[in-house]
Amino acid sequence: MGLRGDVSRFAYSAVAVLLALLIGAVLIGASGYSVKEAYSNLLVGAFGGVYSLATTVVMSTPLLFTGLAVAFAFQCGLFNVGAEGQLYVGALTSAVVALALSGLPPALRVIMALAAGAGAGAALGFVPGYLKAKIGAHEVITTIMLNYIAISLTTFMVKAYFRDPGPVDQTVLLPPGSRLPELVPGTRVSLGIVVGILAVALLDRVIRGSVLGYEIQAVGRNPHAAEYGGVNVRARTIQAMMISGAVAGLAGSVEAMGTLYRFIPYFSPGYGFTGIAVAVIAGQSMWAVIPAAVLFGALQSGGQSMQLFAGIPMELMTMVQGLVILFVAAPTLGSMFLGLRLRSSEKGGGRA
Amino acid sequence: MSGFADVVFNMNNLTATIRMATPIALAAMGGAFSERSGVVNIGLEGMMLAGAFCGVLGSHFTGSPWLGVLLAVVGGGLVGAVLAVFAIRLKADHVVTGVGINILASGATTWLMQVIWKRKGATDLVAGLGTWSVPGLRDIPMLGTVLGMHSPLVYISLILIVLGWVLMFRTPLGLRIRMTGEHPEAADTVGINVRAVQYFCVILSGCLAGLGGAYLSLAQLNWFSKDMSAGRGYMALAACIFGGWNPIGGLGASFLFSFTDAIQMRMQTAQIPLPVEIIQMIPYLLTILILAGAVVRSRPPAALGKHYEAGQAR
Repeated sequence: MGLRGDVSRFAYSAVAVLLALLIGAVLIGASGYSVKEAYSNLLVGAFGGVYSLATTVVMSTPLLFTGLAVAFAFQCGLFNVGAEGQLYVGALTSAVVALALSGLPPALRVIMALAAGAGAGAALGFVPGYLKAKIGAHEVITTIMLNYIAISLTTFMVKAYFRDPGPVDQTVLLPPGSRLPELVPGTRVSLGIVVGILAVALLDRVIRGSVLGYEIQAVGRNPHAAEYGGVNVRARTIQAMMISGAVAGLAGSVEAMGTLYRFIPYFSPGYGFTGIAVAVIAGQSMWAVIPAAVLFGALQSGGQSMQLFAGIPMELMTMVQGLVILFVAAPTLGSMFLGLRLRSSEKGGGRA
Repeated sequence: MSGFADVVFNMNNLTATIRMATPIALAAMGGAFSERSGVVNIGLEGMMLAGAFCGVLGSHFTGSPWLGVLLAVVGGGLVGAVLAVFAIRLKADHVVTGVGINILASGATTWLMQVIWKRKGATDLVAGLGTWSVPGLRDIPMLGTVLGMHSPLVYISLILIVLGWVLMFRTPLGLRIRMTGEHPEAADTVGINVRAVQYFCVILSGCLAGLGGAYLSLAQLNWFSKDMSAGRGYMALAACIFGGWNPIGGLGASFLFSFTDAIQMRMQTAQIPLPVEIIQMIPYLLTILILAGAVVRSRPPAALGKHYEAGQAR
């Protein structure tokens, strides 16, 4: 690893994104749209002015959490495809707790609601962790099944118990004291982004500076060796999945308390899945989740204005995400394009 | 409670089970071939979706649903080839690649749908495959109602699954495939072209998942809708594992999953006092429970998910 490894990985990720956007440009052109109009709207929609920048930050916030959740599970060799479901239970739990505690002082209310959301996410994360640790059921399949279950379950809970007596299936609007405060007045940039950065800092400490993190990484590198070395592989697997679930749950909490101010069934446009792309780009570093989340947040907010002003379907951005995951997943592709491996071995660097 | 019994013990459930199991069983057989050769295939979902889309595309432009089926097999196979190149040639992590493929397929099919049909949710109606009423078979009491009238793809799939089983367990090629997934070094030593076997299996798995996708869009419905595979590719992978990486085992597992799905759908139409959302959860819950029970007894191919460089054997 080391700094050079991080830098060359980041350079490669940037190339992967550019390559994906280039393929996107070919598709835009081939479909009869104007590439210039598409990408100028993408750029302006993502970074052109205060409103665009604010939208990018708002879009990046849930991705920061889901990306962090997936990246943390990666450290233990676990692939958490269930961030989407964990996000839903976190969002509903936080919304309900934030409403129920309206007698408490706002700061306490917000903190307890966030904690409840994280707890709900952790509880949902426990299931695939337990099934993997005790039985060996592949977490990719169990987390995907739990996504469907969590989305149905939260929808049912809203309809049956927490429904706003209006025409729409959703919870009551949170009173101002139960919301995450606005960071930039007039925009929906909330304290959530700060919570996200704190979560990154915390998990970076856990991974690089704690026995738990060391053991989780040992399990991720080689579970048999870790077991032999005295690590409780099953316990670490369950804990890693619960921590990952808690962080993904917070993604939902922050959406519900900082952006939507309520829980709405089916509100997520796939934050949990985009989080996978974020984590794949971020690689081994928790801090790298931040720029990766901003990148995909920018693609999202830019993609929206591309759809709005140039009439180009948002799904292009989904394709770009898929391509980025593929390109970054293939390390040998990078060395074929860039000769990076050659260069780093000349300088005596390790594997990027 | 008698209403509940009527819902569960109903011959129509068995007919619906066969109908709904077909695409899952096809993809599960694809998963079995891919994984028996050592390549994890989470991408079945995307291959299925690509197949469903290509089927409608082919039927739309040629007017022939059978050419649509052909295009679906080709399209699924192409997506399989992408997984093969990344997982085998470029040594990318199999699971990450598969998830990337699924996201790419979801975006690409929806994008193309909007470009070609200018629609956001679903395409126009296209010519579908219709149903076959099999003379002789349909006249047998009981069995005839369950098996007698289905889409031609149901019968083709059942035949393919038996052929797939024969290929895997009764032919030299099948032995090579299984050896590749168990012990690529040993396979290489005895002269088996490990890469060629893996490419064949992964592309074949894409073709089979693509055929399963065509079933969704040309037999069950006559159009393509956004993300219409709806997790069936993942269920197929669970069925593949539960079925012991065996095409016929996968068919059995698919029957079980689809039976709960059939009951679920019947419960929604019958006056069962349970909310829709709770009923919808049943197949997914059952998949988890079955998977949890199944992995205790089954063992994956030993070299599953590992990368192998030809000549690595000493």
